[in-house]
Amino acid sequence: MSTTAPTPHPCPIPQPLPPPPIPSHSSSSSSPASGMSEAAEEPDSPPTHMSEDSSSSGDRWTPDLRGGNGGGPRSAPPDQVLENVLESVLEFLTAARDRNAASLVCRSWYRAEAQTRRELFIGNCYAVSPGRAVERFGGVRSVVLKGKPRFADFSLVPEGWGAYVQPWVAAMGRAYPRLERICLKRMTVTDDDLALVAQSFPLFKELSLVCCDGFSTLGLAIIAERCRHLKVLELIENSVEDEEDALVDWISKFPVSNTSMESLMFDCVGVPFNFEALEALVARSPSLRRLRVNHHVSLEQLRRLMARAPQLTHLGTGSFRSDAPEGGGMSVSELVPSFAASRSIVCLSGFREVNPEYLPAIYPVCGNLTSLNFSFASLNADDLIPVIRQCHKLQTFWVLDTVGDEGLRAVAETCSDLRELRVFPLDATEDSDGSVSDVGLQAISEGCRKLEYILYFCQRMTNTAVIAMSKNCPDLVVFRLCIMGRRRPDRITGEPMDEGFGSIVMNCKKLTRLSVSGLLTDKAFTYIGKYGKLIKTLSLAFSGDSDLSLQYLFEGCTRLQKLEVRDSPFSDKGLLSGLDSFYNMRFLWMNSCSLTTRGCREVAQRMPNLVVEVIREQDEMETENVDKVYLYRSLAGARSDKPKFVKVL
Amino acid sequence: MEAAVGYVSGDADSLLMATELRLGLPGTDDQKPKTTFSPPATPRGKKRTADAFEDSAAAEAHKADDDVEAAPPVAKAQVVGWPPVRSYRKSCFQAAASKSKAHKKAEDASSNSNAPSAAATAAPASTNGGSFVKVSMDGAPYLRKIDMRMYKGYRELREALEAMFVCFSGADTAASNPCEYAITYEDKDGDLMLVGDVPFDMFSGTCKKLRIIKRSEATGLGSK
Repeated sequence: MSTTAPTPHPCPIPQPLPPPPIPSHSSSSSSPASGMSEAAEEPDSPPTHMSEDSSSSGDRWTPDLRGGNGGGPRSAPPDQVLENVLESVLEFLTAARDRNAASLVCRSWYRAEAQTRRELFIGNCYAVSPGRAVERFGGVRSVVLKGKPRFADFSLVPEGWGAYVQPWVAAMGRAYPRLERICLKRMTVTDDDLALVAQSFPLFKELSLVCCDGFSTLGLAIIAERCRHLKVLELIENSVEDEEDALVDWISKFPVSNTSMESLMFDCVGVPFNFEALEALVARSPSLRRLRVNHHVSLEQLRRLMARAPQLTHLGTGSFRSDAPEGGGMSVSELVPSFAASRSIVCLSGFREVNPEYLPAIYPVCGNLTSLNFSFASLNADDLIPVIRQCHKLQTFWVLDTVGDEGLRAVAETCSDLRELRVFPLDATEDSDGSVSDVGLQAISEGCRKLEYILYFCQRMTNTAVIAMSKNCPDLVVFRLCIMGRRRPDRITGEPMDEGFGSIVMNCKKLTRLSVSGLLTDKAFTYIGKYGKLIKTLSLAFSGDSDLSLQYLFEGCTRLQKLEVRDSPFSDKGLLSGLDSFYNMRFLWMNSCSLTTRGCREVAQRMPNLVVEVIREQDEMETENVDKVYLYRSLAGARSDKPKFVKVL
Repeated sequence: MEAAVGYVSGDADSLLMATELRLGLPGTDDQKPKTTFSPPATPRGKKRTADAFEDSAAAEAHKADDDVEAAPPVAKAQVVGWPPVRSYRKSCFQAAASKSKAHKKAEDASSNSNAPSAAATAAPASTNGGSFVKVSMDGAPYLRKIDMRMYKGYRELREALEAMFVCFSGADTAASNPCEYAITYEDKDGDLMLVGDVPFDMFSGTCKKLRIIKRSEATGLGSK
């Protein structure tokens, strides 16, 4: 899913060349300046053309190219013409990877590229200071920022760790008056920050917050009220902090005239809201195509919304339950016309408290659906299969493991075009029964040959099934298998899962992301190191026998950018085997391994442009053992906003 | 929390073993089956302010990696953040599951379904977002956390606690003698109560914190 646009390469600079340009230092050629385009991590995560920029490109090269005219005395006009031409040409480059490469050609190109870059992608908000970023890139219209390490989603990063958006908003507020779009992931965003956004950017159009925290309905009200040109407000899996008695009626704050809203997603805002205001908003938003409501919307209310917006393409259905007491609600047949009239729907989600009786109402749109998210709907195979059998065009399917192997078989038989499958556990504990297994995985592999992305939680797995998938689905880009029981072996042979994962890396030549689980020895990592040449993101848990595993990884996975490790028997030796890789990586996270302060300190001492954070729990005593370490390359050095429990070595 | 100073009198070896990080494949490590706890740097998960989307399953359990082989097969202690499902998703199920249970009960009842009572009989954890409580033990250098929903009765709870804190008994009690200790808890009003007086469901709903204290200090709390 590369997002590198097929752009024409910039024409080589024509003949009348001024004195030879200052060549860039070669040390940066192997650096992350070859920032790779990164596929968006979820289909729901908004910017599909989110590409990766490693603004921390110069590990050793500190460009001193701000202002100034480079080189010796030259008359200004020819140079200026050159730069203007260059700028017009570079406008065509959109992918960060191409832009990064272009910026390294010479000072002139560096400047021109810096002025024409419209989207700024910062994969780690601590890798560079906001001031430095805005200083280099003057004409940015869209910013993507990512904050906390991903393991924060699983409560492994204590509260108050950081990733505050405030300094970024402040810097951008001064530098980018024409900013239109902000996308944040895993950052702390306060209501004040949202107010500052509304105040600083009069042309603001798109706000997307994914897995963020710190704001409430008050901040949303401010955005709604003051961003008159708002088109997109997408709130995805955020932790919205509201006191039930201090709610703000934010939906009422949108402009009273017709709005330019195209996308409104607030399923994660879990508090009740003013439904009439929403209905009126939808009625006066002719451009609205995507609407995802929270679970406080009943079927009766959903019907009203759909009547107002028959042009929707993406619909999040709320609770999908009648609010009437038993026997009093509307019948299924009363709901069917709403879906029949919505000819444009291609993506359905929600179903947060679904009453299965009403599911048949969606049949009219099933044949058009390319994306279906049942992952918050506790439905069993009997409820799901009839729906699945109608969805011939499905490309993305998120579901709970209650679908069972049987349901997955139905998917395999019906959805031959499937590209992405995510099966989540209803009961996310190690001893749960788990209704899907290797049987389901095998079935999927046989029916969905075009599969590119799979996330699969299960309790039982076999190497055979994984091997089958590796052979049947050669287009796999992301393979995340989570066998929930720690270190569980092949359920039939009792062997480690080495061969299964080995065949994935061997046969799936496009694989860039891998998450492993089950019983794994060092052997698995010899395979991954040997064949996983394109892997950028790797997650390990309870795996490996020794430091050799890490060694194999660091030696073999030359494109590794993000490594997350937990509860594995790796010591300082393993950590140090990665020294040559760390500058080429965005970060390394390790928790509950066998690291010590001494080892981490050695890394910090030998790698000056690396920030090594040791994270302790609140009431943890300080010992030589390090439980959590998070290290990342950075041009900004140790951050000034670190809490007490973080120690930068 | 007890200061580490008071703990020095314990057996040095078992102390050391208790703090040693042991990781490896199951079955490979079996010298001291009792001392299977990670070092004081135990991941405790983060503690967020009470929030509808917070905690639930993943948040505050602690790690007992070798539980499988070493401990008696009681309710297996959960590990922080494993399986790796986002807290947002987990908390949605707490809310949805209890609500749908309430609805189901309402629908199953023939007439006059009493929704409030149905909701009350549904998982009690739904009302209070977090079911994890801290457990402290006199003399232990660090606390633990348990998920109250894992246990269906007092016996299970006691067994789990015994398994958890067995390494802190020290050498003066040869085998950890459970009768040495009383389990108390702090309820909503902040009062210290003896565990066991009220029905288990009521207890798990009102229990905020558990404290394992030496019986000698428990005078006045109960008749046991």
